[in-house]
Amino acid sequence: MAGEQVENRGVKYKSSIKDPGTPGFLRINEVMLLFVPNDPKSDSKLKLQTKNIKSHKNTKEGSSKPPWLHLTTYQGRNHIFEFENYPDMHTCRDFVAVLIKSDEEPKKAAVSTSTEQLSIKEFELRFKLLKENSELQRLHKQFVESKVLTEDEFWATRKKLLGRDSIRKSKQQLGLKSMMVSGNKPSTDGRTNRVTFNLTPEIIFQIFAEKPAVRQAFINYVPSKMTEKDFWTKYFRAEYLYSTKNTAVAAAEAAEDEELAVFLKPDEILARETRQKIRRVDPTLDMEADEGDDYSHLMDHGIQRDGTMDVVEPQNDQFKRSLLQDLNRHAAVVLEGRSIDVDSEDTRVVAEALTRVKQVSKADGETTKDANQERLERMSRVAGMEDLQAPQNFPLAPLSIKDPRDYFESQQGNVVNVPRGAKGLKRNVHEAYGLLKESIVEIRATGLSDPLIKPEVSFEVFSSLTRTISTAKNIIGKNPRESFLDRLPKSNKDEVLHHWTSIQELLRHFWSSYPITTPYLHTKVGKLKDAMSNTYSKLDAMKESVQSDLRHQVSLLVRPMQQALDAAFQHYDADLQRRTAKSNGGERPNGYV
Amino acid sequence: MPSVAFKQYSDDVSLLVLLLDTNPLFWSNTSITFSQFLSHVLAFLNAVLGLNQLNQVIVIATGYSSCDYIYDSSLTSNHGNFERSGTGMPPLFASLLKKLEDFVTKDEELSREEGHEDRTPSCLLSGSLSMALCYIQRVFRSGHLHPQPRILCLQGSPDGPEQYVAVMNSIFSAQRLMVPIDSCYIGVQNSAFLQQASYITGGVHHTPKQLDGLFQYLTTIFATDLHSRGFVQLPKPIGVDFRASCFCHKKTIDMGYICSVCLSIFCEHHKKCSTCGSVFGQSKLDEASSVSDKKRKAPHT
Repeated sequence: MAGEQVENRGVKYKSSIKDPGTPGFLRINEVMLLFVPNDPKSDSKLKLQTKNIKSHKNTKEGSSKPPWLHLTTYQGRNHIFEFENYPDMHTCRDFVAVLIKSDEEPKKAAVSTSTEQLSIKEFELRFKLLKENSELQRLHKQFVESKVLTEDEFWATRKKLLGRDSIRKSKQQLGLKSMMVSGNKPSTDGRTNRVTFNLTPEIIFQIFAEKPAVRQAFINYVPSKMTEKDFWTKYFRAEYLYSTKNTAVAAAEAAEDEELAVFLKPDEILARETRQKIRRVDPTLDMEADEGDDYSHLMDHGIQRDGTMDVVEPQNDQFKRSLLQDLNRHAAVVLEGRSIDVDSEDTRVVAEALTRVKQVSKADGETTKDANQERLERMSRVAGMEDLQAPQNFPLAPLSIKDPRDYFESQQGNVVNVPRGAKGLKRNVHEAYGLLKESIVEIRATGLSDPLIKPEVSFEVFSSLTRTISTAKNIIGKNPRESFLDRLPKSNKDEVLHHWTSIQELLRHFWSSYPITTPYLHTKVGKLKDAMSNTYSKLDAMKESVQSDLRHQVSLLVRPMQQALDAAFQHYDADLQRRTAKSNGGERPNGYV
Repeated sequence: MPSVAFKQYSDDVSLLVLLLDTNPLFWSNTSITFSQFLSHVLAFLNAVLGLNQLNQVIVIATGYSSCDYIYDSSLTSNHGNFERSGTGMPPLFASLLKKLEDFVTKDEELSREEGHEDRTPSCLLSGSLSMALCYIQRVFRSGHLHPQPRILCLQGSPDGPEQYVAVMNSIFSAQRLMVPIDSCYIGVQNSAFLQQASYITGGVHHTPKQLDGLFQYLTTIFATDLHSRGFVQLPKPIGVDFRASCFCHKKTIDMGYICSVCLSIFCEHHKKCSTCGSVFGQSKLDEASSVSDKKRKAPHT
């Protein structure tokens, strides 16, 4: 197939049947379909991937229509090509047909492998379900292992069980620590005048999440300008300077060291983000962002990290950082949650991932002019006051309320009945009414009959009622809620219930396989029928084996199951007869003249 | 005084709505005559009224073409001294009988008017059930101090399958209102409607074997009020006939087709549901037969 293609010069491309068609050149190979119109100015050039072609239709040779080949793609588009003569069209069509078939096969193979792949996870799920539910396990053992049903069929009706479990199994995301680890106090060693900071990946993640400027600096400086160790040393020097509250020293060092200055001045990226957020606040109602979100410029109390207040000269204002700012930023980051799932030890990877995430969210949030306009429109719509607006005359659809009597009368009109002579009926009715009226007159005259009821009759009634009630009590049980099942010995009860569930399962698969259209269904139905006959005989055996006083009740219980099975057998036999009759349909039976 | 009334209201005050079958086609050929039947029933009503001072009885006659309220024990006009038409008739029921006679006359006229209709000789159970439920609903809304209502259906006519939908609707309403429907069937065949009604609403269904002991049956089984049924053993039927009738031909069927939207029952395949109008998809059977037809055509052309 490689390299094979079909080319055709005199082809016209029509986008619909009415379109006169643009003449051009068509080439189809196994990857692509290309149509180039002869006229370079027309713009109906078409380029399709052949794997998108779903089906093809063509006009017949003998008909009066011109030779057309109609291709439909998976995207739902139709393309019609008109050829010069039928043989050309046929070659193209055959080629396309072969392509479509070969496309389907790998798709099918892909689908089946993907189902196999899915199953590995599903297998575990199924196994777990089976372990938990012993009833299910019993059914599974009975049917799937005796090859009556396949695995897929068995689980096909239980998608709900599988689906719900898989949702439960989805991993929960770990959140961030609410403790501010990035503000760890270092251990100081007074003797050697050294300050040691601890750095773990968790701390690094928090630092990058809370301080985008540090992250940006990391990406910029490491490894080009300095090593990671140097970077962190500088960072912690800045932290130390903050903690000493010596803003003069901080200013001095910032002036010297450019990189250090990055850590010491306020976070520019953060400020930019908050400014943007505030700009986008919906004036009608938006509790998400307001001035208070800009915590880097808050009017705070001047409380430093360790709780002391300090007064500072204005020019060194930027070198101080307050507790409020840090807390707010940390809280905001914790509430956002862990935005990336990267578990890597590599700091750079973490930094880049975070930057990517922030960029994506920024791109989403970026408001273009159109988006702005749309937002303003939406706001004006939402904030509109109803009584100031013009009256909206919605088109009304008339109610069509039907007279409910029609429904009942239409039901009456379809009665099928024993036909009776009309006149005869009328006479009957008239006579009957006459008799009735006579009775009423009679009782008005004579009053209630005396004695109302003979004592023997009364006694008989009493005894028969007593008998009925006591036998019913024995059979059904004292408690009206209690059913006969509970009075059976446990093994019998379990057996009956199990038969019931297995019969349900079998019947469900049986009835869903009809009408039989493929040989697969045919074999499936055959297997199911054998299993059902098996169960039927088991039911009979159970009826025999049970104790004699319970036998009648058990047979009553079992009767509907057997009736359902009988109905299924009948249907099977009738269908089989119909099939054999059909397959012998063409032949005339012997002896037919 | 409201406090006295409250004290008098014990647990076993009942409101009995009796649906009396007055279908002439049934009564023209039974072993028991209508007058004997009436005397049993009237004595039973008297007994119910005697059980508790606050008991109430309503009688609704179920005719061939119509239904009507015949008697209401809570109306005071009954207690007056009505014209003494006969020797033995207690004045309590004289008005009942008068109204019954008027009703039968009216029913006859109606059936004559609507001409002959080939329908089963059934009584209009759906109509009388609806009337009973309306009355009970009114009682419920009269205040929170009211007797406990129940419906007793005394019927001998067979079921009219054309009334299946209406009867089932009434039964479900009764179930909702928690009103038990007792049924005493004195006819020949079995009534599936009444069995289902009693089963679903928690009432008692019984088919008396001896019709001349009808009074004994009525007082033993159907006179118990709802409170006492908790500790009185009443006869229970072993099985219930749950067959439905199809909506298209009103035949009683065991297996059929059901619309998945409105649950209407049909005995044969339809293209469209006649109740809710939803269109059914093409049946697989049709598809299979049409496909096989196409296949058969090919070798012949």
